[in-house]
Amino acid sequence: MRFVKPSVLPGFGLTFGFTTFFLSTIVLLPLAALALAAASMQWSDFLHVVLSPRALGSYRLSFGASFLAASINLVFGFIIAWTLTRYDFPGRKIVDALIDMPFALPTAVSGIALTTVFAQNGWIGRYLEPLGIKVAYTWLGVTLALTLISMPFTVRAVQPALLEVQRELEDAAETLGAGRFYVFRRIILPTVLPALLTGFTLSFARAVGEYGSVIFIAGNLPMKTEITPLLIVIHLEQFDYQGAAALGVVMLAISFVVLLTINLLQAWGRRQHVAAAH
Amino acid sequence: MAAAVPEGVLAEDAIKRPGQHTWLHAIVRGLFITVSLTFLAAVLLAPLATVFAMALARGVPAYLRSLGNPDTLAAIRLTLITAAVVVPINTVFGLAAAWAIAKFEFRGKSVLVTLIDLPLAISPVISGMVFVLLFGLHGWFGAWLQEHDIAIVFALPGILLATMFVTFPYVARELIPLMQQVGNDEEEAAITLGAGGWMTFFRVTLPKVRWGLVYGMVLCNARAMGEFGAVSVVSGHIRGLTNTMPLHIEILYNEYNFVGAFAVASLLTLLAALTLVVKTLVERTGYRRR
Repeated sequence: MRFVKPSVLPGFGLTFGFTTFFLSTIVLLPLAALALAAASMQWSDFLHVVLSPRALGSYRLSFGASFLAASINLVFGFIIAWTLTRYDFPGRKIVDALIDMPFALPTAVSGIALTTVFAQNGWIGRYLEPLGIKVAYTWLGVTLALTLISMPFTVRAVQPALLEVQRELEDAAETLGAGRFYVFRRIILPTVLPALLTGFTLSFARAVGEYGSVIFIAGNLPMKTEITPLLIVIHLEQFDYQGAAALGVVMLAISFVVLLTINLLQAWGRRQHVAAAH
Repeated sequence: MAAAVPEGVLAEDAIKRPGQHTWLHAIVRGLFITVSLTFLAAVLLAPLATVFAMALARGVPAYLRSLGNPDTLAAIRLTLITAAVVVPINTVFGLAAAWAIAKFEFRGKSVLVTLIDLPLAISPVISGMVFVLLFGLHGWFGAWLQEHDIAIVFALPGILLATMFVTFPYVARELIPLMQQVGNDEEEAAITLGAGGWMTFFRVTLPKVRWGLVYGMVLCNARAMGEFGAVSVVSGHIRGLTNTMPLHIEILYNEYNFVGAFAVASLLTLLAALTLVVKTLVERTGYRRR
């Protein structure tokens, strides 16, 4: 078998060559340097860095807050997607366009703006303060920042799925006497569940790596409000490249597992879809 | 970015649906709209409004003065230079990758597509760190670079490399599905009729995918100008020299110069708004993401 199927179109050699060369130089070789730096460590040194109490504390915050943020987005992302696809109200198109704002807005801007709004004397923080709720400089603030930056993933994953729900099925079920909740549980939820899970995983993956928006609102106390990416930066600033690389490899390994999960979920969703069609 | 729903599309006949439990429907509808708008107002609109409220807190003259600060101007210039270098390079790459992937069948194609998307799955801090590991003082080439007096990390080349890394997939991932969707028939006809490869590309392919290209470039530009984590790691934060706009925001903010920090932030917020406007316009031309 030949490597490339023959075609009348020219330019395969040029474009394929350029693509792989550029990909290797900008992305793959630098990532290989990361793997090499971590691999050149003694196994005991590696474990010493990645299992230190401070590192464990940072994983707990990074992964815990990301999980919480993705869960919050699961609920609110679904509600927002539902509102935007099922209801018409003044300003709906503007709201729909604004959903992508967290993607377009630089993370440093989200960070300082959220911190200002939720600080003790901020627009919202001043009303939470008397209730004993502190957001800025606590894990709650970290969760909030991660919720904001990963919100579009869930909404944009669920919207197309909601459009696909067959309204005829809903109508038929209701005509046959099914309650609204029953229709939701048996018709709507099964259709959007794979999309919800994809949105959840994408949100989670994005949140785990986030740096810019979090460091402003976190307070950055070791063991308490220090995320793993910040710990990597601290290692780098102390010229401990190997320690930083070790933590980076741990994060990449976890990201890889998450991506694998996305693919498995999507494959599962497609099977469900095919099964439902038969 | 996840696949967006076409602008302005509602689920079929969402508005008038006779025969439903109308009062229950009305309550649920009101509840869903209220919850959605409250959530978005608290986590999205309030922060956006704060940016401008804080930037203009001491009035317009103070706002303009802080933007005219030499260090701020240097940061703006560096950010513009970075985008001006990175966006064209990644555009050329995106076009080449899309041509190879969409126009030809070859082994290992899906692996190549996955590898192109890789930077999106990696923490920005790690994206910056890999270049420190290579070119930093204690990095693989650090000693050699110092001997030859070449600065990459803590200088412009490092900022460019890190930005190129994080924005690497943006143009390619817009163009690949689009080119696959529009097919090869017209290109094959052009070639068969004697047109050259470049002519076919510029006269046949490019016009067909131009809105996808514009969209990809706009997204690439937004990320290039706004990137914080990756650039923060390689920049060294030298005022007036290696501070991009997002990094300058951090410095001003940590110095309690809130007017200055939010003034720079307001420019980046306007850029983000402009990005969304272009996105909406491009979608209005009929261009749809999958």
